[in-house]
Amino acid sequence: MGRYLLRRLLQLVPVFIGTTFLIYWLVWSVPGDPFAGKCGDRGCPPNYRAMMTEKYHLDDSIWVQYASYMKNLFQGDFGITFGGREISDIIATSYPNTLKLAVVALAIEAIIGLGAGVLTGLRRNGFLDNLVLISTLFLIALPVFVIGFVLQWLLGVKWGIITPTVSNEMRFSELIVPGFVLGSASMAYIARVARTSIAENRRADFVRTAIAKGLPMRRVVGVHLLRNSLIPVVTLLGTDLGALMGGAIITEGIFGINGIGRQVLRAIVTKESATVVGIVVVLVLVYLVMNLLVDLLYAALDPRIRYE
Amino acid sequence: MRVSKRASGALAVGAAFALVASGCSSGNDDGGNASASKDGAIVIDGTQPENPLVPANTTETGGGKIIDWVWSGLVEYPNNGGAPRNLLAESIETSDSKVFKIKIKQNTKFHDGTTVKAESFVKAWNWAAYGPNGAQNASFFADIQGFNDTYTEDPDGPDGPKKAPEPKAKELSGLKVIDDWNFEVTLSAPTAVFPTKLGYSAFMPLPDKFFTMSPAEFGKKPIGNGPVSLVSWQDDVEIKLTRFDDYSLRDKMKIKDVTVKIYQDDTAAYNDLLAGNLDFQQQVPVSSLAGDKWKSDLGERAIQTTIPSTGIIAFPIYDKRFQNPKLRKAISMSINRQEITDKIFFGNRKPADSWANPLTPGAEPGNCTACKFDPTQAKQLLQEAGGFQGKLTLSYNADASHKEWMEAVAQQIKTNLGIDAVAVGVPTFAVFRANINAYKMTGAYRAGWQQDYPDVENWINPLYVTGGSSNDGKYSNPQVDALAKEASAAPSLEEAHKKFAEAVKLIDQDVPTMPIYFSGEQSGHSEKIKKIELTNVGELDITSVEL
Repeated sequence: MGRYLLRRLLQLVPVFIGTTFLIYWLVWSVPGDPFAGKCGDRGCPPNYRAMMTEKYHLDDSIWVQYASYMKNLFQGDFGITFGGREISDIIATSYPNTLKLAVVALAIEAIIGLGAGVLTGLRRNGFLDNLVLISTLFLIALPVFVIGFVLQWLLGVKWGIITPTVSNEMRFSELIVPGFVLGSASMAYIARVARTSIAENRRADFVRTAIAKGLPMRRVVGVHLLRNSLIPVVTLLGTDLGALMGGAIITEGIFGINGIGRQVLRAIVTKESATVVGIVVVLVLVYLVMNLLVDLLYAALDPRIRYE
Repeated sequence: MRVSKRASGALAVGAAFALVASGCSSGNDDGGNASASKDGAIVIDGTQPENPLVPANTTETGGGKIIDWVWSGLVEYPNNGGAPRNLLAESIETSDSKVFKIKIKQNTKFHDGTTVKAESFVKAWNWAAYGPNGAQNASFFADIQGFNDTYTEDPDGPDGPKKAPEPKAKELSGLKVIDDWNFEVTLSAPTAVFPTKLGYSAFMPLPDKFFTMSPAEFGKKPIGNGPVSLVSWQDDVEIKLTRFDDYSLRDKMKIKDVTVKIYQDDTAAYNDLLAGNLDFQQQVPVSSLAGDKWKSDLGERAIQTTIPSTGIIAFPIYDKRFQNPKLRKAISMSINRQEITDKIFFGNRKPADSWANPLTPGAEPGNCTACKFDPTQAKQLLQEAGGFQGKLTLSYNADASHKEWMEAVAQQIKTNLGIDAVAVGVPTFAVFRANINAYKMTGAYRAGWQQDYPDVENWINPLYVTGGSSNDGKYSNPQVDALAKEASAAPSLEEAHKKFAEAVKLIDQDVPTMPIYFSGEQSGHSEKIKKIELTNVGELDITSVEL
């Protein structure tokens, strides 16, 4: 177990360097020059461009730029934006917001998705099963922004149940609707995966044995069946946290949440490599750590899985 | 010109729209309730300022409107779009349009309690004009004597290895402080329009404190001299402003607090407006314009204004295919502008019929004969010009909503002239502008112009004079240059306007660009606001708000 963990952690290093370089290179190769559109149809005065070019080393080659970026990064310096803001500040204020939203979405996914999956998996082809099948199909088919705008308009503008945008305090009650919107598609997938997995295991030998032993149904489902059916669901949920955070850009825009989405978008448009990489670096770390956690969870869920 | 930077559609309007209005007011004419107003607070929409808020370094609308509220300049532009009038200036006198004696009102205060003196202006202007400070608005000081000594250009461009030489002087030789309340400005050449420019944000005074800290530090919590002071600025969240109680100039605040809530999506802001969580939105989203939905949503709270901003399609005159004025005129006359503004903009924009936007002082409505729709004459002109070989591309930046109208223009040219015209989207405004700046355009392209200050001069010199700062098509007519020079140097604005009118007649023969539409603005406010006015550029006049 210890050796496995160490090996996995060491694997993170090349992945980390590879992804950051790829992102840096991608932003760097976005065509256009950062100051061409910045000052409108008049263009920026040459002295301003000269000053900014020198300050941000924009005339160096990508290798030099990337190397100096990484050097600063390891000293904990994320750099500053063209507007003079500390990128670490941006990360520190926007990440918690996106994380909060993603966690709410994940919780909604897990509770509703898993609940619906278990119920329908146990009673297949009933009314509830069909209802869940149709409504998940509906959620998967609709793009996130459609669900977002419709719910915002209906609940926020038409009926006045929620405020259309999330306030600065990011109260939990305000995040339920955005969280639902963000998690809606994954929720539908989780319901379907859980349903199939439960339905399959329902006929497995160990479930039959458990029933034959005369265990109460609650224990059969809650311990034997659920635990063994959770592996695909946990895989989905675990990798989803990263996907939710990266994919929150649309939901954040609709509900006016000050998260990483707007920062990444703004930085890509203005060619601020340092900001994009800074934010994505943290996102990459979230992905890697979540993947590792999921793998470790497998062993806890299924005693047959061992790590050497 | 300021460029709008809202992430969704407003890069969109990229440059073209920093939005200007002709002082329209809405709501109850009898105004609001004085006691409700007195301690009243409103929430309005905004975008995150790109840079720290330093007047001479702000060229986009998000920060620009905050600057306009936090500072008061020597002159102000009336909301009705009329000629500028003195605000902080007691008098601005000149006999030759070259030397200006400026007297300011005594004992007005900055927000930190220090007094606004003549020196506050002179030091601020010197800072902006000093090349190594890299102020984005530095070129506004080019009229002043000594600018060439404080602002040196990089000999091989900003991308070359050489650096700009150290400027010879640290201060503009044309600025002279006489005493606390008087200073004298000497220009390098007579410029009648100079006093008009003084209301632009680049010319605002700065308190002594500015010079003791870095501009970035100052710009996070700027100290101005306007009707409101900045309380706090939380990045990407909100900017809080409050009434400055020691303000003694004309435009005092009637309410107390203003919160500028920063949105990234204008639809989110619009929904907040409809739900009553937002009190003012300067431009409602494009999606609400179709079928006049915003008017039925907002009823009496909808404000429709026209703003002095023009949508233009420009020609790359450096390309030899576009050097025949007859050809350019033929293309221009084959465009049915009325149809485009009716069908594509639902009448929210107006067909362009003059070279300078008609809301601008000194501009003449209807002086663009090339803007008339006349397919017969257009065909004849095309024939005289010897036809057009190959494909005519009309490019636009696809990160804003320009596709529909550019395609309509291409279709009209194709139908009416038989030229193979096609609209081509360039992915981002940055790439689009990079090509234009590098003179690499091979076809006509979308452009836009919004005035920096209300005078016809601002519609001619930057756009149609050889070497003008936004003359991207390299149009050059020595006669136009001579007339514009004479006009700029005229002893009075009336004479300047007359000369500019003559220059415009020549421009109208040459058709260096094609004005297509005059912009409009569609704003909305909450039920809480009883009286509201928009400034000449379509920004909220926060001092007019009554509850």
